[in-house]
Amino acid sequence: MHALHQVYRTFFYPHSFRLSLPDVWAGFQLNIKMMVIAEVLVLVLALALAIVRGLPGPAAKPLRALAIAYTDFFRGTPLILVAFIIGFGVPGLQLGFISNQHVIVYGITALTLVYTAYVTEVYRAGIESVHPSQRAAARSLGLSYAQTMRYVVVPQAVRRVIPPLLNDFVGLQKDTAIISVIGVGEATQLAQQFSTQNNDFPSLVAAAVFFILLTIPLARFTDHLVAQRERRERAQAF
Amino acid sequence: MSTNGSTPFVHMRGVSKWFGSLNVLDKIDLDVAEHNVVCLIGASGSGKSTLLRCLNRLEHVEEGEIVVDGQQITDPKLDVNVLRRKVGIVFQAYNLFPHMTVLQNVVLAPRKAGGFSREGAESQARALLRRIGLESKADEYPDRLSGGQQQRVAIVRALAMGPKVLLLDEITSALDPQLVSEVLNLVRELAESGMTMIIATHEMGFAREVADKVCFLDAGRILEEGTPQEIFSAPKEPRTREFLSRVLEAEKLG
Repeated sequence: MHALHQVYRTFFYPHSFRLSLPDVWAGFQLNIKMMVIAEVLVLVLALALAIVRGLPGPAAKPLRALAIAYTDFFRGTPLILVAFIIGFGVPGLQLGFISNQHVIVYGITALTLVYTAYVTEVYRAGIESVHPSQRAAARSLGLSYAQTMRYVVVPQAVRRVIPPLLNDFVGLQKDTAIISVIGVGEATQLAQQFSTQNNDFPSLVAAAVFFILLTIPLARFTDHLVAQRERRERAQAF
Repeated sequence: MSTNGSTPFVHMRGVSKWFGSLNVLDKIDLDVAEHNVVCLIGASGSGKSTLLRCLNRLEHVEEGEIVVDGQQITDPKLDVNVLRRKVGIVFQAYNLFPHMTVLQNVVLAPRKAGGFSREGAESQARALLRRIGLESKADEYPDRLSGGQQQRVAIVRALAMGPKVLLLDEITSALDPQLVSEVLNLVRELAESGMTMIIATHEMGFAREVADKVCFLDAGRILEEGTPQEIFSAPKEPRTREFLSRVLEAEKLG
């Protein structure tokens, strides 16, 4: 009984919970902000990068190589290192405007750089999954390469990759916590401070609950999309 | 008959192509006059599809020259998008765009590449769909249509760009037998209206009926060509005879 009580006091003590909640909630709003901005940027940049990687012909080779180098680099580097390098390194450069941004801007930049690399691969898989005969049909009608991508290939690719894409975004949501290491007062950091001051952990549990509550709807939505697609494909097969 | 008066509408001389070491087209010579229908027959892998795909530059030709409507299309500086507006193609697998409605499939190219306004493209598309009896399907997605309906939409989609020649690449081969005739009827109508067509087909009865000229392809070469009468009733080459008797046998069994 004593041990159970210890667990209760340490992690779930309602008083500490209540006391920490306003701070943790305030911090969590920063997580949401970083997440939303980074996700929008990632969606656009990753698509651009995936298209560059698929450009045909020898003339586009340097561009393709650059896109490959980018994904290799940022998929291979832990987010926490990218956060340190951007968050502490860029202000140190003293480059005027670029070096005088709020720390949250560096956090969003680090998240965007890393997740763009992941999502580029997701988009690329989607683009490659569109059957070559679709491109042949579009090009045969006199559409240019760019028009074929814009109206025929990319719309089909995006539809197919929405579930894995949302999955990556669950990861991004959680990884906003890592941005605390460069001094962004988001939920994890404020909860951690509260926990140190009071020598207990309900504040951290509260932060965890916020993350979970944000993730569950997205996960269920992803499941729903996958199930819907399976239903449709089965309907088509018969 | 052709625009510059001296060469036929489609003119191929010594056209050769390789896939790696495989010689898929071997010194092809072919002339197609305007308003004529040419049928390409031959076994799978004889080069019929590749020949068609060279005519709209979906495939690159390694040797020889191809002139379409007075224009050298083997010229590397050629604007292929302009060429392809003149040379329509319909594929065996229809290749409709599954994320677009029937109407959107038909208006996409005229709007984006053909200089049509939205209204112009849509009224033209509806008129074409009406002509094939599918106007009521305009707002359906392709997967709601039968194979025969999809293929007719694919033909109309190609026609919407106002091509001067239409290439049909075994367009009934993927269809259930009972759906073949609705597609062939449409092609017959096009032939009667004077559309220049080059048709790769396994439908010998149809080729015999609509073709002005039939070419038998074997291993990348045009082994024999002539009127349907000549090819089907009195083939000269043993390979042609062998092919035709095999096809005839298969049709009996079917």
